[in-house]
Amino acid sequence: MNKVVDYSVIKPLLKDGLTIMIGGFLGCGTPEGLINLILEMGLKELTIIGNDTSFVDKGIGRLIANGNVKKAIVSHIGTNPESGKQMHEGTLEVELSPQGTLIERIRAGGSGLGGVITPTGVGTIVEEGKEKILLQGKEYLIELPLRADIALVFASKTDTFGNAYYKGTTKNFNPIIALAADIVVVETEEIVEVGEIHPEVVMTPGVLVDYIVKGDF
Amino acid sequence: MAVEAKLAKEIIAKRVAMELKNGQLVNLGIGLPTLVANYIPKDVYVVLQSENGMVGMGSTPEQGKEDKNITNAGGQYVTINSNGAYFDSAFSFSLIRGGHVDITVLGALEVDQYGNLSNWIIPGKLVPGMGGAMDLVTGAKKVIVAMQHTAKGDNKIKKNCLLPLTAKGEVDMIVTELGVMLVTEKGLVLTEIHKDTTVEEVIQLTDAELIIDENLKVMNI
Repeated sequence: MNKVVDYSVIKPLLKDGLTIMIGGFLGCGTPEGLINLILEMGLKELTIIGNDTSFVDKGIGRLIANGNVKKAIVSHIGTNPESGKQMHEGTLEVELSPQGTLIERIRAGGSGLGGVITPTGVGTIVEEGKEKILLQGKEYLIELPLRADIALVFASKTDTFGNAYYKGTTKNFNPIIALAADIVVVETEEIVEVGEIHPEVVMTPGVLVDYIVKGDF
Repeated sequence: MAVEAKLAKEIIAKRVAMELKNGQLVNLGIGLPTLVANYIPKDVYVVLQSENGMVGMGSTPEQGKEDKNITNAGGQYVTINSNGAYFDSAFSFSLIRGGHVDITVLGALEVDQYGNLSNWIIPGKLVPGMGGAMDLVTGAKKVIVAMQHTAKGDNKIKKNCLLPLTAKGEVDMIVTELGVMLVTEKGLVLTEIHKDTTVEEVIQLTDAELIIDENLKVMNI
C-alpha cells in the first residue's frame, strides 16, 4: 500500500474553517511545504492547534502573519509580534494552554480519554471556567481533550506505508497529533521503501497515516 | 549597591549554579537562567533538560555546525551530549510534572513571600503565554527564581503578586544580585546577602516582609 501523493491530492482536503493541528516547536519540525500550500490557497478562518505561533517568517507564524487564522490554541505567542497585535485588534482569538496540558489534551483526544486531570494551572487564571476535582487531598483541573479535522505532521524519514521517524527535537508535537485528527498528512524529508525503517525504531506507525508528501526542504 | 545588569546576572547565575548537585536533572529557563550553565562547578555533573524534547543538552554548536533538527526551548541551535536522549512533548512533560526534574530555574516578573510566581502575562500589555513554565513550576522538585532584585526602580519581590500567577506557592528559593531568600512556612527568610550590600538596602528594595536569618551569610561567589 503506497500512500505517497503529490501536494495536489492534499489541496482538496484543506478548506476554510477547518481545525488543523500542526507539528513543530518554534518552527523546528514543522511541515513548511504544507504551510506553503495553505498560504497559496489563501485559506480563511482556520483554527490552528500547535505548540506556539513561531516567528512571523517560520512555520505556523507565517499563517498568522498572512491572516489565515481565526483562532490559535497554543502555549506561547511571544516570539511572533503579529499574534499579539491581531489578538489585541480582535481579529485573532488565542486560547493559551500550558504546554504540558496542551500536549496531554491532544494525547487524550487521540487516545479515547475523556480529559486530563492535572495540577498545572491550579490557583491561576488557567482554572477559570474549568471543573476542579479533589483527589487524595490534592486539587486538580479537568482539561478537555482536543481533536482536529486534519493533522499536518513533519517527519524526517517515512516509508511508503507511513511508518515515520523523527530526528532530534523535531518530534515535539508530531507523533502526538498523528493520533488526534480525522485525516493525517505527513510531509517528510526522505521517503524510503517499506522495510528500510526497522520496526524497532518506528516512532509513528504507518496505520495512523493517510497521505505522505515528499517535502521540499 | 548599584551594579550593571551584566554583572548582576553573572552574580545571580554563579550563585544559582552552587545549588546544583551531582546527578540532578535540571531545566534552565530562557534568558538569565541559561547563564547558570556557564558556572556549574567542575566537580558537579548535572543533566540539562530542554522541554521541547531532550535530556543531556550540550553546548551551543560552533558556527557552521548547526543542525536544524536540534534546537532548545528558545528555538536556538544546540547540541546533545553522547549520553543524551530525545523524546516528544508528552514524554517531556511527563518528566516535568512527574517530579523527575530536580531543579527548575526561571525568571520572574513578580514573586511573593508565599512562593507565588508571576512570569507569563501583563494583561493588556504583554501576553507571551506560559509556554512550559506552569508545568515546570508545578512539577519540579525545587523551584529557583533567578532575577534582578528590581526592575526599572520597581521592587519585584512582593507581599502578594499583583500580576496573574504562573503557579501558587511553588517557589522555594529566590536568588538576586543582592542576596538569597528562602520561602518557608514562617515566611520569606533572607539567608545570604552580597558583600557590597546591607540588610537595610535589601529590606528597602523588597516589598515582602523579610525575616533575617540569624545565621545570615555573605554570598560565597
